[in-house]
Amino acid sequence: MDNSINIAAEEKNQPLQHDEHRDDEASKMGMWLFLFTELLLFGGLFLVYTIYRFMNAEAFEHAGMELNTNLGTVNTIVLITSSYTAALSIVAVRHKQYIKAKYLLWVTIFFAMFFMVVKYFEWSAKISHGLFPGMEEFLNLPPGEGLFFFLYFFMTGLHALHIIIGSVFIGFVIYYIDKGTIKHDDYVVLENAGLYWHIVDVIWIFLFPLFYLIA
Amino acid sequence: MTSSTIDLNDRGYLSSEKKSGIGAWIFSTDHKRIGLLYLYSIAIFFSVAVFLGFLMKLELIAPGETIMKAETYNRTFTMHGVLMIFLFIIPGIPAVFGNIMLPLMIGAKDVAFPRLNLLSWYFYIGGAIIAISALFFGEGLADTGWTFYAPYSVKTGTNVSTAVFAAFILGFSSILTGLNFLTTIHRMRAPGMDWFKMPLFVWSLYATSWIQILATPIVGITLLMIIAERVLGIGLFDPALGGDPILYQHLFWIYSHPAVYIMILPAMGVISETIPVFSRRKIFGYKAVVYSSLAIAFVGYLVWGHHMFTTGMSGPALIVFSILTFLVAIPSAVKVFNWIATMYKGSIDMQAPMLFSLGFIFLFMIGGFTGLVAGALASNVHIHDTSFVVGHFHYVMFGGTGFGFFAAMHYWLPKVYGRMYNTKRAKTSFWIIIIGFNMLYFSMLILGIMGMPRRYYDYLPEFHNLNIVSTVGSWIMITGLILMIYNLVVGANSGAKAGKNPWKALTLEWTTQSPPIEENFDEIPRVEHGPYDFHLINQENDG
Repeated sequence: MDNSINIAAEEKNQPLQHDEHRDDEASKMGMWLFLFTELLLFGGLFLVYTIYRFMNAEAFEHAGMELNTNLGTVNTIVLITSSYTAALSIVAVRHKQYIKAKYLLWVTIFFAMFFMVVKYFEWSAKISHGLFPGMEEFLNLPPGEGLFFFLYFFMTGLHALHIIIGSVFIGFVIYYIDKGTIKHDDYVVLENAGLYWHIVDVIWIFLFPLFYLIA
Repeated sequence: MTSSTIDLNDRGYLSSEKKSGIGAWIFSTDHKRIGLLYLYSIAIFFSVAVFLGFLMKLELIAPGETIMKAETYNRTFTMHGVLMIFLFIIPGIPAVFGNIMLPLMIGAKDVAFPRLNLLSWYFYIGGAIIAISALFFGEGLADTGWTFYAPYSVKTGTNVSTAVFAAFILGFSSILTGLNFLTTIHRMRAPGMDWFKMPLFVWSLYATSWIQILATPIVGITLLMIIAERVLGIGLFDPALGGDPILYQHLFWIYSHPAVYIMILPAMGVISETIPVFSRRKIFGYKAVVYSSLAIAFVGYLVWGHHMFTTGMSGPALIVFSILTFLVAIPSAVKVFNWIATMYKGSIDMQAPMLFSLGFIFLFMIGGFTGLVAGALASNVHIHDTSFVVGHFHYVMFGGTGFGFFAAMHYWLPKVYGRMYNTKRAKTSFWIIIIGFNMLYFSMLILGIMGMPRRYYDYLPEFHNLNIVSTVGSWIMITGLILMIYNLVVGANSGAKAGKNPWKALTLEWTTQSPPIEENFDEIPRVEHGPYDFHLINQENDG
């Protein structure tokens, strides 16, 4: 190897390191691909739910009566509204209305917390009836009903976990808007947070009828 | 002073001028360093798994208890399978050569998400540590086989949960790598490189990444259900409580059959690189090779049921799964046809990578044809759960993916380390490996047809002779493997300088120095010809 060529190459290479790499399309694409995996994660559970509902139709119907449709409906409305506020915040950032954007995101987080509080009351009612997997009443349920409650806790629990992750994600976004790293011409992080929040919403829109309404 | 500067420059991304110590490796986001992290960790797990395989074959050298008890044998084949499948062969080629070569081959500085790439490696190592930790507490290693079939996996006292959780974590690693590669291929190709000017290895990674993303989450959730069942006793796979053990098998194979194509497609991609280069001919039917990769990825999704022909699925389902299984053979055969047609009238140079590639074709064809025997309904019942099946998938997975991996090692080692191994020793090791390989696994094919079941530490006296052949074959093969690895390690450390392009290949990774500099290229290359346009280049040289 020729020494001079290499040194020349190295010098030439220097400015490249200060290059700012930014490819919003790539970030969004990565997010979309990640959302596919989220859908398939829940897809596996939806498949299990469908098959076991088919195999244990009566037990599922009976167990489903235990759920509180009113609370489910309230949560559905809350979550859809939160998706709306998340979407509005993107518009606000695009128009440089940063304070409005932050306000809208705080509202989104508030709705998320509200959802979790309702969820808490729902779950604790079931748990006080001993219906959490592994508890005494759970083990004495007729065949099939245990599967229903397991799937209920597993799927809504996994969904609630996503709500928490999404809220933290949005919290970071608020911080970045504050810091000025998310701007009217650089807001892909916010968009990705929004996408994530919408998928959490969409999954709930499938969970809600499957558990609360079909019975 | 000057001489040391030259030396450091020569070492490219391996240079330790500013970046030395372990931190410079485990916190590096350079795709090449991450690729090497994978290579070294994979090499360790591969060696351990080979050793476990060696112990299993030693146990089978004579009927009855030879060196271990039945229980130990069960744990040994489980660990052999878990290590080989989840830690070697699924991540193998994509994580090592995909990471190192993909950005180089498309003329990019790095992958799209370098930090995510490093995170994938952490997941990989985390999963590996969890898998191995099962050795040290409770009832020890799982004894279920790598498939974790319910209900046994729910009932056994061994540490199934740890093995399953490890596989779950490794799934994340796989998903994130796939996501990263897809975005990289979509967004970071050099100017002039349109989709059909991409090297075929890149295409195979593209198809593989889609399977990784779309299939892995299902197995993740399934494995979590096994853990939940073990901890909480829900009856998910217990008919008495409304569950269905067969559903577990469906869910497991919905992922794990496509995973077979995660394993084999990148190896096919490697072969599609080496065959044109060492035949000095343009690949025959570039688009056919591309579309067959995508077809394999797609049809491979729909054939999982062929693992379950004896579970009492309905007749129509059996027939559909069997037909779909036969369909996968078509794109695979298209590839083999194209590789052979590429060599026809080429000027073939029998270098080590080419030898391993030809070994791949030979072994993969035996694996493929025995696959048809296993995929046909009538013959499947006869050979189900016999050592025929074990022989078949070792021909496909080891003879296919393993040899693809070795071909890639020999092909890209001069680029990765800037040094050349001893080519004569490389060829010798190839011949030793392939002779041992065929003794080891062809005997298993015959034994399976004679009726020897898999996963037993004992067998009837009538199977003795062939088992001896098989065990001796394993010794020969391992000797060859040791020679090969020794040769590669010595070559990487102190071989002769390889130069930019020792094989006179046309893909972009050969246009930068060996080993490549930190951000790969002095300036982003512009692509003017296809990856295999040897005829254009040869004319230029003639003129």
